[in-house]
Amino acid sequence: MRIALPLAVVFALVVPALADDAANTTDPLPPKEVAFPFQGPFGTYDREQLQRGFQVYKEVCSACHSLNRIAYHDLDGIGFDAAQIKALAAAAKIPAEPNDKGETYDSDGQRLTRPGIPADTLPAPFANEKAARANNNGALPPDLSVIVKAREGGAAYVYSILSGFGQKPPPGFHVLANKYYNPYFAGRNISMPPPLTEGAVTYSDGTTASVDQEAKDVVTFLSWASEPKMEERKRMGFEVILFLLALAGLLYLSYRRVWRDMH
Amino acid sequence: MATTNTAEPTRRDFIHIATGTVAAVGVGLAAWPFIDQMNPSSAVLALSSVEIDIGSVQEGQQSVFMWRSKPVFVRRRTKKEIAEAEAVSMNDLPDKLARNLNLPEDAPATDKNRIEKPEWLVVIGICTHLGCIPLNNQGEFGGYLCPCHGSQYDTAGRIRKGPAPENLAVPPYAFIGPTKLKIG
Amino acid sequence: MSGNSTYEPKNGLSRWLDARLPIMRLAHDTMSTFPTPRNLNVWYTFGGILTFCLGVQIVTGIVLAMHYTPTAAAAFDSVENIRREVNYGWLLNFIHSNGASMFFLAVYLHMFRGLYYGSSKAPREVLWILGVIIYVVMVATAFLGYVLPWGQMSFWAATVITNLFTSLDQIIPHLGGAHDPGLGTTITQWLWGGFAVGDPTLNRFFSLHYLLPFVIAGLVVLHIWALHVPGNNNPLGIDVKGPQDTVPFHPYYTVKDGFYLCLFVILFAFLVFFAPDFVGNPDNYTTANPLVTPPHIVPEWYLLPFYAMLRSIPQKLVGVLVLFGAIATLLFVPWLDTSRVRSMRFRPMMKQFFWIFVADCILLGYLGSQEPQAVWHLGGVDMPLLWPARIGTLYYFAFFWVIMPVIGLIETPRPRPDSIAASVLGNAQAAE
Repeated sequence: MRIALPLAVVFALVVPALADDAANTTDPLPPKEVAFPFQGPFGTYDREQLQRGFQVYKEVCSACHSLNRIAYHDLDGIGFDAAQIKALAAAAKIPAEPNDKGETYDSDGQRLTRPGIPADTLPAPFANEKAARANNNGALPPDLSVIVKAREGGAAYVYSILSGFGQKPPPGFHVLANKYYNPYFAGRNISMPPPLTEGAVTYSDGTTASVDQEAKDVVTFLSWASEPKMEERKRMGFEVILFLLALAGLLYLSYRRVWRDMH
Repeated sequence: MATTNTAEPTRRDFIHIATGTVAAVGVGLAAWPFIDQMNPSSAVLALSSVEIDIGSVQEGQQSVFMWRSKPVFVRRRTKKEIAEAEAVSMNDLPDKLARNLNLPEDAPATDKNRIEKPEWLVVIGICTHLGCIPLNNQGEFGGYLCPCHGSQYDTAGRIRKGPAPENLAVPPYAFIGPTKLKIG
Repeated sequence: MSGNSTYEPKNGLSRWLDARLPIMRLAHDTMSTFPTPRNLNVWYTFGGILTFCLGVQIVTGIVLAMHYTPTAAAAFDSVENIRREVNYGWLLNFIHSNGASMFFLAVYLHMFRGLYYGSSKAPREVLWILGVIIYVVMVATAFLGYVLPWGQMSFWAATVITNLFTSLDQIIPHLGGAHDPGLGTTITQWLWGGFAVGDPTLNRFFSLHYLLPFVIAGLVVLHIWALHVPGNNNPLGIDVKGPQDTVPFHPYYTVKDGFYLCLFVILFAFLVFFAPDFVGNPDNYTTANPLVTPPHIVPEWYLLPFYAMLRSIPQKLVGVLVLFGAIATLLFVPWLDTSRVRSMRFRPMMKQFFWIFVADCILLGYLGSQEPQAVWHLGGVDMPLLWPARIGTLYYFAFFWVIMPVIGLIETPRPRPDSIAASVLGNAQAAE
């Protein structure tokens, strides 16, 4: 609960610090301190970074994670033009509607597909939750459409998870079967194998694909996906607040004038 | 208190008028999102053009496709139907305009102006009277009969009899292959 | 509504209308010429601000309902669709969700103001009680609305709050035979329309969430009616003695309310445009899952004090009674306050208890936001947060049921000015 923060500040002054339960090695570390250029009231997205992040999603994450709420036409928000969107959509295999014989599977049991159109949403890697779990040792890779908003810590948390693999567990820590050690994850045992590697993607703009760079790029893309209207929101916010300040000034003058004779 | 008594009322009025005007403009601007939210959303607009395959339509048959949530009739006309449609005199047409969004507004309603290829009639299947869907291959003119109020259309989708004021509209479309159509 | 109208129809049409439906006369007398104490301060602007809030919630709510789907399968997606695809949907959604918080911020300031200046005391008891009823319906509406996005917090809030009624099983454990459900379970299943929160629950919550704001609007009309019979209280708490004590509502308070409303809207806009998720909870961005409860569930901030009270009581039924009792207590305030003096400005002792009460409410709010098993270290001693919550709950009830009546009887109030006009002029002279 983010509202608890200011309240906590108030009470930190009058009450002793909250107890830190005997430091437990299964408690997650706080997310890394990292600032993204899209944060803050003036923050906007770097279109090239968004497209690099989309590339990381498409070539790495999308093997397990869906992005159900993003349609191809939405990708105009990360700077693709109509022709690029159409090409991206056409390259995708969308589960087809029943054909003239009413079939959705071919004779080999394969799902019939058709090329996508801009109105289609990005296809999910698994047909349903059970299929997703069956392919991931029982774990369910969450949909990433609002992942940045759905996690306490937001972009910094997702970045910490993605770049937090490969650390040595503290002595005595038990890494469970089919799990991986990630100190930023609740319980520190995460079902997701380390997804990003050096050079996992090849960026067309020449950016070096380090794990850190890939993590930052894909977190930027996922932040955009969580709220594609963020830039519009901030821009309108400035206009609205400037207008309201002007109106407040005028109202104040009116108010003083009306009340002037009353004191 | 430096202002004179004669100047003061106008200045006072000005401030109130300015405040009221700015507040009214603010309310007016704030109304727009409430109005615009009812317009088609970006998801709906993304469907505004569709590509369809008409290869499976047999001669004398028609298939119905959806475009912008409206039925589009794609009818593969027989030689006889084409000949009938071409033979109609302009004087027999209640609506003399082609109503073809691919042509200028004043194009006459000849059969040629109603189609792209003689074999294929592509029209929006909504009666121009009050929006019902006409029945295929019915009525006196071999084209369509609207079940609601009896409007009758010929094999070029032109109104011939009944209350409908206009010919069935021809949507914007183009052939992008021998049997591939892009509508919208 | 006070009977002595000053409305004079200006032309034939308005005379014609006035003889048939004197609606212009009503508007004129209640919103324009209504005599209002000339000393109302900033804390008296929240009535207008609250009317604005209600209007904003109704208007944004109506348009959001045009795009929302009240089924368990589609609700979450339809809200995301509003934020992503509907024209300005994100704006309408953020105004509505943050509007609830702004509404409660304003209503709490309005209530504290009424408490401080003794606005509940005779002859305004009915006005105060109507206000408490409005507040209760607001809480119900906000709770129902919070369920609609069908995120994890929505679902578990619905589950926990409706389960409050199962405490009635402790009164009647079985309706019928030994295997029949009790009174509380029966009521809860009736609320759910099933054996757990689900599709029928969501659908009826949507229906009621749409209905209740109009009930509030009706109650607001009664509230204003009950205000206009005795007229406004004021920071001095003394009665209006004549025309020299009042000014017409318009333009004096329309412009003053308008100015403070504009400041309020600036804060509102800041939340909507720059911190739209500040009062929200990340868990509500995850679709409702009836199999997994989030590790730390909390209500919205405006209900946290009551949540802290509920959790501080170890017995289920008593906890629920305390929760509802805390709100019901407010209904008795006009009679619990035994003082001859309305305004705490002239009540040095009561004023201090009042500010402790305000701090107590904030403390309870903070405690309600903490995890139930949280512990404070006080100089080497571990204190579970349960204890401050219990003390806070105790003070909440003691404030109304003990302190308020007792202090009213034993306190010697400070002298009050003879009239509002004398006070205003005196202040002006003092300021010069």
